[in-house]
Order: sequence, then structure tokens, then C-alpha cells
Amino acid sequence: MTYSEDMATLDSADIGFSEAEPRDYFALLKPRVMSLVVFTALAGMIVAPGGIHPFLAFVAILCIAIGAGASGALNMWYDADIDRVMSRTSGRPIPTGRIKPQEALSFGLVLAAFSVLTLGLLVNWFAGFLLAFTIFFYAVIYTMWLKRSTPQNIVIGGAAGAFPPMIGWACVTGTVSIDSIVLFLMIFLWTPPHFWALALYKVGDYEKAGVPMMPNVAGMKSTKGQILFYAVLTACVGVLPYALGFASPVYGVFSAIMGLLFVQRAWRVFRMPDTDAVMAPAKSLFGFSLLYLASLFAVLLVEGLAVRFGL
Amino acid sequence: MDRIELTESQKKVRRRRSVAIALALALLVVLFYVATIVKFGPSMFDRPL
Repeated sequence: MTYSEDMATLDSADIGFSEAEPRDYFALLKPRVMSLVVFTALAGMIVAPGGIHPFLAFVAILCIAIGAGASGALNMWYDADIDRVMSRTSGRPIPTGRIKPQEALSFGLVLAAFSVLTLGLLVNWFAGFLLAFTIFFYAVIYTMWLKRSTPQNIVIGGAAGAFPPMIGWACVTGTVSIDSIVLFLMIFLWTPPHFWALALYKVGDYEKAGVPMMPNVAGMKSTKGQILFYAVLTACVGVLPYALGFASPVYGVFSAIMGLLFVQRAWRVFRMPDTDAVMAPAKSLFGFSLLYLASLFAVLLVEGLAVRFGL
Repeated sequence: MDRIELTESQKKVRRRRSVAIALALALLVVLFYVATIVKFGPSMFDRPL
């Protein structure tokens, strides 16, 4: 059979012309994660001492968002096999066949390179380095190494999600400080109770995919104890911006109240019987954890804006 | 030699992807143009004729 005859027997679908819409590529960026990254990075930028031109601030936020999106695309490329078997992720563009793994890999790498180089060239190279490290940490350290090998995956991997406010801070100051490390710790310590609350009621999904999450390795009881431990640490670190003087007493009171409510919900999870099939306390903790982090950073953001505009 | 014909839906999504890439490139051009002016400021025009 000649080449042309061979080709004549195929139609475009056989040789895999892409039918991916632009929105499928957008989905690869994990837009919901990206929005939280943008929000926390913006808060870090606004709270940081010093100034940055508003347009460069916009460029910085865009680069951080695209960098976060790139790591999301690389994560989806590598995890396509386990995404296929989990209900939460089976509708993603690669498992459904709308985008090929190779396309996602190229897309992620190109966006990662563009976001880091643009941030370095237009804002500063230290921020660019931090963004590159964050992408590397999420895509390689967390996705390729920790996620499938240890139940501590999201404890250590949580650092990737905690870097954005530090990058935002570095965009303005060009450095790292105790204050920006506190912003980092607020997200870093919040990540385990947030994800383990989800893992408690999605334990079957993770088990099916062979991902060693804490509940299916150490058991429910141990996980609930660790959720409580990290919730207490999160609540303590949450008030540090006030204690260190870069947030007002209003933030101090607000963060203390929210911290107590967070610990209270973690306590309810701790007291939840192992036989509870509905797991309402775990679902409540998961929902509240999102509100907790978003509201604390929202108050920091509003206060920072008020200071910058002399209100 | 027979050519492979794209289906109508494949042509449509290819066009949409092309438009998205064009918009992204245009945004990048504007971004670097404005950022250059912002970073250099008036000193951009401070050069011998």
C-alpha cells in the first residue's frame, strides 16, 4: 500500500486532529485554583511595604496567574491516568480526550517559561525565580514525587500553594521577610485540614486511584487528630499579621474569631464517629476552610488598600 | 494524492483556537509596549538625535 492510498483510507478523526476548544485549554489552567492564587498574591503585593507601578502590578499578577495555570496544566498532564478514575477529576480535558497529554505538556511548559521570563524581565528577577521555583515545586516535587509516594503529600506539597503571597510581596520589595513568611505559613498550615477534610469523604476515590492520602493510609482516627492539630496551628498563625504589626486590631479580632470557628469545626470532625457515612462535619469544615482563608486575605487586602490610599 | 478534509466542527474549533492565540499574542505585544514605556519613563526619549 502506498502512502497516498494509506492516507485515503483515513479521515481526519483517525489521525487525531484536535477538536479542543479554547475553553478546554483554559480548563487546563485550573481557573478556580488560579483565582485563589491571584487573590492571595494580590494581598501579598498590597500589604508589602513600598510601591510598584500599577501597570507593573497588573503584569505581575497576570504572570503569577499564568504561572499557576502552567503548573495546573503540567499537573493534569502527569496525573491524567489517576484523573480518569476519580469522580472529581474524570471530566477534565485529558481524561475526556479533548486534549492530548502531549498538547497539555507543551502548553504547560510554554506558559511556565513565558510567565517566569516576563515576570523577571518586567518586574524583578527574584520574583521570577520564586515563581519558577513554585512551578517546579508543584509540578515536580508534589505531582511527580510526593503525591503518589507519601501521605504527607499535601503537607509538603501545600508549600506550592502557599508561595503566591510571598511572590506578590517579592514583586514589590525584591526580598523575603518575616511578614511574607507569615503569609506563606497561613496558607501552608491551612492546606492539610482543608484537603484532609475533603479526603475524608472522598476516601474511596483516592483509594481507587492509588493516591496515598492520609485517611486511607493512617486511618480516619489519625487523620481527624491531625486535622485538629493543623487547624489549631492555622488559627494561631492567622492572628500573627496583627501581632507583627502589619495588620490592624480589626484584623486581629476578626482572625481570632474566624480561627476559633475553624478550630470548632475541626473539633466536630475530630468527634465525628468513624461510622458516619454522610460526614457532614467534614463537608462543613471543607466549606468553612475556603471561607476562612479567603476572608482573612480579603481583610488584609482591604486594610492594605486603605493604607495605600490614605483612608 | 487524496487530501484529508477536516470536518466542519474541526474547522470551526481550529478557527476559534487561532483567534485565541492571536488575541494572546496581541495582548503580549501591548503588554511589552506599555511596560517598556512605564519602566523607562521620560528617559526613553533622552538620547542624542
